[in-house]
Amino acid sequence: MPDIDVNAPGTTVLWMGNEGIARGALEAGVGFASAYPGTPSSEILPAIAEVAKRMGIYAEWAVNEMVAMESATAASLAGIRSIAIMKQNGVNVVSDFLANLVMRGIGKGLVLICADDPGPHNSSNEQDTRPVAKWLDIPLLEPGDFQEAKDMTKWLFDLAEEINTICMLRTVGKIAHTRGNIKLGELPVVEHKAHFAASYGFRGAGPHAELHKKLAKAQEKFESSPFNLYIGPDKAELLIIACGASWLYSQEAVRLMNLQDKVGLLKMGTIYPLPEKFMEKHLKKASKVLFVEEVHPFVEQGVMELVGTLPPSGPHPVFYGKRSGHIPAYGDLDPSVVIKAINSIMGLNYQTRDAEYDKKVKALAQSYVTARSGTLCPGCPHKASHWAIHRALQLTGHEGFGTSDIGCYGGGGVGSFGITKTHFCMGGGIGVANGFGKLGRFGFDQPVVAFCGDSTFYHAAIPGLIDAVYNGSNVLMVIFDNSATSMTGFQPHPGTGRNAMGEPAATVSIEAVCKAIGAQVVICDPFELKKTTDTLVDMIENKTGVRVVIMDRECELIRARREEPPYRVYVDPEKCLGEDCGCDMFCNRVFLCTGLTWNRQTGKAEIDDVICAGCGVCVDVCPHGAIIKEPYTAKGKEKVAVKGKEKLKEVAAR
Amino acid sequence: MKKLKKDPLNLIIIGVAGQGNVVISMLTCNALLREGYLVTFGQTYGANQRGGPVMNYVRVSQEIQCSPLLPDGTADVILALEPVEALRMLAKYGNPNVTTIVNPRPIISIDAARGDSPYPDLDTLTQAIKDLSAKTWLINATEEAQKLGNPIVANVILAGALIGSGILPLDKKAMETELRERFPRAIDLNMRAFNRGIELVSA
Repeated sequence: MPDIDVNAPGTTVLWMGNEGIARGALEAGVGFASAYPGTPSSEILPAIAEVAKRMGIYAEWAVNEMVAMESATAASLAGIRSIAIMKQNGVNVVSDFLANLVMRGIGKGLVLICADDPGPHNSSNEQDTRPVAKWLDIPLLEPGDFQEAKDMTKWLFDLAEEINTICMLRTVGKIAHTRGNIKLGELPVVEHKAHFAASYGFRGAGPHAELHKKLAKAQEKFESSPFNLYIGPDKAELLIIACGASWLYSQEAVRLMNLQDKVGLLKMGTIYPLPEKFMEKHLKKASKVLFVEEVHPFVEQGVMELVGTLPPSGPHPVFYGKRSGHIPAYGDLDPSVVIKAINSIMGLNYQTRDAEYDKKVKALAQSYVTARSGTLCPGCPHKASHWAIHRALQLTGHEGFGTSDIGCYGGGGVGSFGITKTHFCMGGGIGVANGFGKLGRFGFDQPVVAFCGDSTFYHAAIPGLIDAVYNGSNVLMVIFDNSATSMTGFQPHPGTGRNAMGEPAATVSIEAVCKAIGAQVVICDPFELKKTTDTLVDMIENKTGVRVVIMDRECELIRARREEPPYRVYVDPEKCLGEDCGCDMFCNRVFLCTGLTWNRQTGKAEIDDVICAGCGVCVDVCPHGAIIKEPYTAKGKEKVAVKGKEKLKEVAAR
Repeated sequence: MKKLKKDPLNLIIIGVAGQGNVVISMLTCNALLREGYLVTFGQTYGANQRGGPVMNYVRVSQEIQCSPLLPDGTADVILALEPVEALRMLAKYGNPNVTTIVNPRPIISIDAARGDSPYPDLDTLTQAIKDLSAKTWLINATEEAQKLGNPIVANVILAGALIGSGILPLDKKAMETELRERFPRAIDLNMRAFNRGIELVSA
């Protein structure tokens, strides 16, 4: 992570859009930053937190996005420029607070950053957050490159202050998480002093009309914004209106197709409210208009709405985009999508590679490109936990299943051996399991296990757990406590004893909270597979009511940074019966650890030394006891690896 | 700043999460920025920390800030830390002029382990990669890294091969500067790995 407080105005750096956003906030004199980790927004807050002490500002990981937004609002009301940062799902969590905030105004500049994940690549859902701006009346910008990620963030603080309402930046993963050239601006010296002005006072929901005046003022400013620009001829055959990463894709498609003198490009940065006079002027440039934007047809519909109010004299161009089927309303786009749309609209047949090569490469890829599903890391304690739950559900019968929320442990069927049957939002694991647990009165007798992470527990699981106790639900909750918010980059949380700025922090004990709520609580080490499985079986078969099992084992990737692996693991080729064993390659086929492979020559299992993390869990999985673990020592490493290889050679020679 | 033979120059660095392909992409990008180019470094990766493919798209221009993703069929160089991943990228971004630099050591996916999607025969696979490239270097980076004492530097060996191939407008010194900045404490091992990579493409 770069030091984003580098005081070198005019210098060009290669930073992520996210780091640009963080810098933009610093250049605006932000004093208070709060966020909850969520990719693709995850790098923004750490970049600020890293320099916070030096800059005399405050940065924190909040327990969830709602709390982040509320805290940032308080700081704004006390006269400090503030920022709240989250991914798309976070905005859903915040929406109730936002819907009220917009009716009441702010203090100093208050900006909401939302990073959407078209694809989705790192999310449980795909969602476009821009409609939230329209729904809740929030002025919205969307950066078209990395420089704008910084510049827009900075400018939004001024705008928010001037019109006295929260302003929002929507970015997408391919801007937020892509590095590009950013030219740095000045860093102001601000001495932050907090004091709440009593004149703010309490206001009811009356000033909705006032809010619309604020929006009109924002729209007026957007009419002459440098964030909107046109490149192309005065009269074009086709006008492309694009925003976000789609602007870069469109620009490149036109350049590659050599259509610069025929196709005009209108890049929009001020997304809501749209600057209507500006749009109207440019709509006159062509009789055909193509909209390129990611996920919803948000600008597309905005322009259609505008054109619907124009007199018959126009302009009334023909529209192409999501409605016409030229641009998909899902997934992330790329230059090829734009090329295809331009080909179709303009009757061209531009191809980026020759047809013969295309045919050949596709045939070879179909034959030889093996699928590569993502999975849990080698040595991941969640894998051991899932294995134990999977075994316990097999042993107890009655079609038991798991309901998950969001985290490494929640990633669908493969990682959890097929036991995860529902996968919704943060807290959705216990929430849904709690519902199932109330269905006994209707004959429901299947064991239900709720999956929850440690960070997720603090974020959204506590109300579900309280409800389960209060309403007498029959449910088992497993908390995968690996001491970090691992999926988004190991951020600390209230259980880790440190805060975003790296200082020691109070610890909130998950066990104590669960016990205080009234649940029965047991703590297991998932690496003790048998003991953990027995505990789970006992919990499912012999106990009723609200039960919590905390799987206590640190994230492997954090452990590996600090120390050598616990074990050196190898397959004893004399014990492994290979293809002749009745297990039918059980360790490879069922346990699915990437460190376990199959030697085609010997027809036996093998450990891939390069990948194996040395957790030793697979030792308890092999039905024939052929996987051996020995305590790791630097010397032992050589010895064991050689021993395994020599044995293999011997077996291969027979 | 050397004039690019082709603008933009499109480099793909692909591997399996955990192989260190992001690190060498960053080193390359920073070196290019220092030379004064407009650089875009886009990524596609899954929700997992390990196991899934991670694609890095490095795009270099003297004219425009390129988009995070390149148009299909327009890669100039594909550097693959894993051989199946090389073919995966060729399928989308390959063309008759592409250069491939490939570490032929397989990482077996869980889909292959499960028997759902067999891992191809290695010789057939590398032949397919050669057939689809104007020029291919097979660099046994994992093996060479193990010889140097730690498989983790396989990525830096490949970075050496990339610079040694002469495809990028970067010389050895430019990357050495980046390596020194990135690995101040493990510089000896990384420098040996980098130089070994250069040797392997020069041989």
